Amino acid sequence: MSEHVVSRKIYFLIFGALMVLTGVTVWVANFNLPGPLNAIVALSIAILKATLVVLYFMHVRYSSKLTWVFVAAGIIWLIILFAFTLSDYLTRGWVPIASG
Amino acid sequence: MADSHVTTYGLAHHFDDIEQQREAGTLGMWAFLITEILFFGGMFMAYVLYRTKDPDAFASASAHLNWKLGAANTAVLIISSLTMALAVYYSQTGDRKMLMLFLVLTMILGATFLGVKAYEYNDKWVHHLVPGFGFQWEGHGDPQHVQMFYFIYFMMTGIHALHMIIGLGIMTVILTMAKRGRFTPEYHSPVEISGLYWHFVDIVWIFLFPLLYLLGAHIHNQ
Repeated sequence: MSEHVVSRKIYFLIFGALMVLTGVTVWVANFNLPGPLNAIVALSIAILKATLVVLYFMHVRYSSKLTWVFVAAGIIWLIILFAFTLSDYLTRGWVPIASG
Repeated sequence: MADSHVTTYGLAHHFDDIEQQREAGTLGMWAFLITEILFFGGMFMAYVLYRTKDPDAFASASAHLNWKLGAANTAVLIISSLTMALAVYYSQTGDRKMLMLFLVLTMILGATFLGVKAYEYNDKWVHHLVPGFGFQWEGHGDPQHVQMFYFIYFMMTGIHALHMIIGLGIMTVILTMAKRGRFTPEYHSPVEISGLYWHFVDIVWIFLFPLLYLLGAHIHNQ
């Protein structure tokens, strides 16, 4: 398995997509969307942009399965960090505790 | 075969072939980047917790950041990722001149980013928005929580800027190696791996920009 050379055309396409998505995230931020929607939209766009960078600029799409495992491990540990911490902070006060 | 000591350029003796060496290098860099993901993850976690505590103060504090400069810097970093990707491309095709040109462009863009960042830091200093150094806040929102926003802002953008500075150092080394003709289409792992680092730092900013700058953007329109 020799190295995959990503064409310049793909790099420019991804670059264009990243710039457009940056524009979209700035534009959407001007509206006061209901509830947590502003944050959800902003984060979704950021995750999409990060995915494009990882897959194409960082060549993960063309990399070995073992590289995929490494990348996935990083993301999974990040999710554990967030999920476990938030499962504590966000649920405080849900259950009434008898005061001694 | 036993005494066919044909050495491949750039191949370290403990690898079977250049392909295995390249794969090992990539995996090593990703292992490092995983620790970086979790390092920045901890700071993003702090951001999320304090923001949940007082979203209004955070939005109000964020409104004081200059989102236009933030957006401009986002564009600068995305362009620098493109030039970095192209530098890797020219290292693969063995075009030394173009490789050096795009490494220099990447470094100029990185320095531009840091320049804008320094201008912003100075603005915060002038407006007494540096936590711990005579922090003053007369705007909307609990000053304590606004100060926490600025603490997180300086911590996250500061560590990010430090990564940029280290990135510039790495690019200087890569540029010197390229100038000396150390890379061939078969051996250019250092360019590729440094590129991974550069793109990672770009990704961190892709998250920092909306979370820090755009949070209070709608307030301007009210």
